[in-house]
Amino acid sequence: MAEPILSVRDLKTQFFGPEGVVRAVDGVDFDVFEGRTLGVVGESGCGKSVTARSVLGIVDRPGRVVGGSILLRPAGGGAAVDLAKLSNEEMRKYRGPEIALVFQEPMASFSQHYTIGNQIGEGIKLHLGLDERAAKKRAIELLDMVGVPQPARRVDDYPFQLSGGLRQRVMIAMALSCDPRVLIADEPTTALDVTTQAQILDLLRSLQQQKGLAIILITHDMGVIAEMAHDVSVMYLGRAVETGSVKEIFTAPRHPYTRALLRSIPTVLAKPRTRLPTIEGSIPHPFERPKGCAYHPRCAEIIGPVCEKFEPPAVNTADGRQVRCFLHGGAPAQEVAA
Amino acid sequence: MIAFITRRLLLGVMTVWLISILSFVIIQLPPGDFVDAYIAQLSSSGSQVSAAEAENLRKLYGLGEPFYVQYGKWLARIVTGDFGESMEWRRPVTEVIGDRLWLTLLLSLSALLVTWGLALPIGIFSAVRQYSFADYAFTLVGFIGIAVPNFLLALVIMYFSFVWFGASVGGLFSAEMALAPWGWDKVWDLMKHLPLPAVILALGGTAQLIRIMRANLLDELRRPYVVTARAKGLSEFRTIVKYPVRAALNPFASNIAYLFPYLVSGSIIVSIVLGLPTVGPLLVKALVAQDMFLAGTIVLLLGVMTVVGTFISDLVLMWVDPRIRHQMD
Amino acid sequence: MAQIDSEKYAVATQLQLTWWRFRRHRLAMVSMVLLFACYLLAAFADFLATTDPHATDARTSYIAPQGIHLFDDDGSLRPHVYGIKGVRDMKTFKLIYTIDPSRKVYIEFFGQGYEYDLFGLIPTRVHLMTLKDAERGDGIYLLGTDLLGRDLWSRLMVATRVSLTIGLVGVTISLFLGVLLGGISAVYGGIVDTVIQRTIEVIRSMPTIPLWLGLAAALPNDWSVLQIYFAITIIISLLAWTDLARVVRGKFLALKEEDFVMAAELAGASQGRIIFRHMLPSFASHIIAAVSLALPAMIISETSLSFLGLGLRPPAISWGILLQDAQNIQTLALAPWLLISAIPVVVVILAFNFLGDGLRDAADPYG
Repeated sequence: MAEPILSVRDLKTQFFGPEGVVRAVDGVDFDVFEGRTLGVVGESGCGKSVTARSVLGIVDRPGRVVGGSILLRPAGGGAAVDLAKLSNEEMRKYRGPEIALVFQEPMASFSQHYTIGNQIGEGIKLHLGLDERAAKKRAIELLDMVGVPQPARRVDDYPFQLSGGLRQRVMIAMALSCDPRVLIADEPTTALDVTTQAQILDLLRSLQQQKGLAIILITHDMGVIAEMAHDVSVMYLGRAVETGSVKEIFTAPRHPYTRALLRSIPTVLAKPRTRLPTIEGSIPHPFERPKGCAYHPRCAEIIGPVCEKFEPPAVNTADGRQVRCFLHGGAPAQEVAA
Repeated sequence: MIAFITRRLLLGVMTVWLISILSFVIIQLPPGDFVDAYIAQLSSSGSQVSAAEAENLRKLYGLGEPFYVQYGKWLARIVTGDFGESMEWRRPVTEVIGDRLWLTLLLSLSALLVTWGLALPIGIFSAVRQYSFADYAFTLVGFIGIAVPNFLLALVIMYFSFVWFGASVGGLFSAEMALAPWGWDKVWDLMKHLPLPAVILALGGTAQLIRIMRANLLDELRRPYVVTARAKGLSEFRTIVKYPVRAALNPFASNIAYLFPYLVSGSIIVSIVLGLPTVGPLLVKALVAQDMFLAGTIVLLLGVMTVVGTFISDLVLMWVDPRIRHQMD
Repeated sequence: MAQIDSEKYAVATQLQLTWWRFRRHRLAMVSMVLLFACYLLAAFADFLATTDPHATDARTSYIAPQGIHLFDDDGSLRPHVYGIKGVRDMKTFKLIYTIDPSRKVYIEFFGQGYEYDLFGLIPTRVHLMTLKDAERGDGIYLLGTDLLGRDLWSRLMVATRVSLTIGLVGVTISLFLGVLLGGISAVYGGIVDTVIQRTIEVIRSMPTIPLWLGLAAALPNDWSVLQIYFAITIIISLLAWTDLARVVRGKFLALKEEDFVMAAELAGASQGRIIFRHMLPSFASHIIAAVSLALPAMIISETSLSFLGLGLRPPAISWGILLQDAQNIQTLALAPWLLISAIPVVVVILAFNFLGDGLRDAADPYG
């Protein structure tokens, strides 16, 4: 396989609140390849969105990236840049032209005080150095590309004048305005109805084929993952517990948490009048992170005291997957204090 | 948009109408009719009014007729610019008020500008640097600004300037300029005297506005569109000024509608303490002396002034918020 | 902590929750204690007064404040103040009275002074501090005296009672109007709502002080102190109810949409039961917060009006009336202690603001 555009290694982001430190992202690894989609999946609160923001260096205070590396390979080849080491000022060059972001709530993600043309054109003017008129022309082209009807007229509309689906298209146009190589889509379809959802996913897929975009798709919806992703990373409490290709993950999940997640998807093939399996318990409070494997209190396949005391290391399996579970080997090396 | 302006305009007209009724009620309130008061006033100063003259006056003002007829007659004369005569000064009310109305307006507007000029940057700073030392300091000063009524502040400042500099800080003009005809010298003199009363008057409102601005901006800073702007690679300064500050301006602008009447109100009492030649001292004197035409007219004019000010601030609000502009499209 | 107490939190009423959150605001708690102390002080105003606050004496005009000396020359604990003496000014040949450090006057605790009714009910002459064997003009002038020779400490005590209660009475009237009209506005909606809302906007866009002044000036001269007191309170509250009405209406409308109200409706509860059993308790804390923010505004209003000579009138004593004497810069230069009355005004208003802020945060952590 080719070199990844973006490789994240051991990423750690923590929030320093008055009541203590929350380890929102606690050692995440993943690779993103050109023209491929990495799906990041997990329950709400597992650190998916913080991971996305960490990659862009826009974690809100009091949060901070405290460790790990975010390696971006430059377009023309050459040595990779570690984004985690850059100052905020240096990082700005990469936001937009290299990595762009699409959000969950298209309404709240736009300012209501400027036209969409203004908000799309802003990044173009900043990064591509175009003037007002050229930026507007490009904004119209972008709107056309993402399938906004009558783009020349719509460009002067305010976000509140658009429908939810259109807004998400505009959001995508804005993200693509500076031709990024990596697009992070944070729950891009959650706020949309099912039909619009399908249209937006289609749009993302065709844009990926046209431009060879690397997409990081963050979602809690296994259905979206199945449809869109090439690779999947399953997150639980700030860690990737299982990573692999979408086919492998869906056909032969290894980690008990992945299995539980997959079991909890309703299917039309299920026997009528059976209860949909759910995962026992709920995600623990961030301050009360369980000792050992973070998933052990809810795990249906718990082995024994080893799960309660030791944190399972990432194990690379023979088929190129990575799992963090003692079921699949790994020596209980370090005892982890809670 | 047109609906918004129409609605605001109608509301303004309604307010003016209500104020005119209240003003007339104030004129009517003292016991007896005011021709009696007028005659008493005249005779106490040695002049005599014949019964025929008194009768004429009564007819002119429609005394003895129902309230609404009197009100109608009064209103009809006001529309033609006849506000009646001041009993105490025995001159037309408009002449007595003279420049004072404009000075009141000038003082209130200056205070408004000071309020904006201070509250906007301080509010932004406090929100962006939340829980910093400066934020706490401004919050404390803000609380004191709210708690000290502006006439007390004027008193205290006057006292200390007297103790420390031996000078009185009152007035809007130097002694030699007060009666001089208008000219550049006098305008310059006014400009030199204006800042202190304007700041005193503005402090309470500024403190409130800082709190509003800070709270709003803190809200806005948490919104996803701020992250969007950052994700575009905008600088932090540009991100904050272009997006959340712009959004926080919105309630800021709508608060002006209530700030202006508050400043006009405050100008009265501050003017009395600082001896400013605005309508404030005149109004209080007229009320104490029961010079009702003068008092009623001042109340009416002040009311009209605030309504116009409020209407203008509504237009500002419309200009700031595209959602209002596009409501009817 | 969250887990241990979660059961307790789950069954707590809205008011209890508000109270628990409120206790965490230290400044607001301190303010509440302070205000409680002020009202307590006001209740015992006459008991704490040392001299009849209305008694005038040309001899004691503009006496500077003097402290209480705790120990006698022999070191024994015998609190005393100095007497006053007349000195002839050799230029004007006028007798001027000043403090005379050579003559001690001893303080008697719980001694007999001027007669008053404790709580307006029990006639008594007992005061906290009086002077023993005082000559004419002697007094415990803690805060000095005014032009007419009245003791400012005693006047301040009585003024505090008047100014603090006028705020309470005024807020009660405003609250009544606010809840009534705000509630009607929210419950009936439609034309009624429009009319009330427009009225509120009109009132809010009027400059209040000129209107107050106009109305207050029209009060008949021959009214008694008590009549004027109530008239002024009503005038102030007539323009002050709008904020409360807006709070009530806003909360009412927001709650109407809440699921628990819907649930109560579906369960067949009557409208009265929904309002009083379900909705009122959940915004009672908001009303309390709004009230505590409205109180200082009331107090400032009264103080401003009286300060301008159009509010309460002498012989009534209030903060505004005390400050009226300090209006003139010449007077202030001569007797700067007249400005001391400004301190309680600022402190009380500040405390009410802190309290109101704390309550508002506690009532609505998200707003």
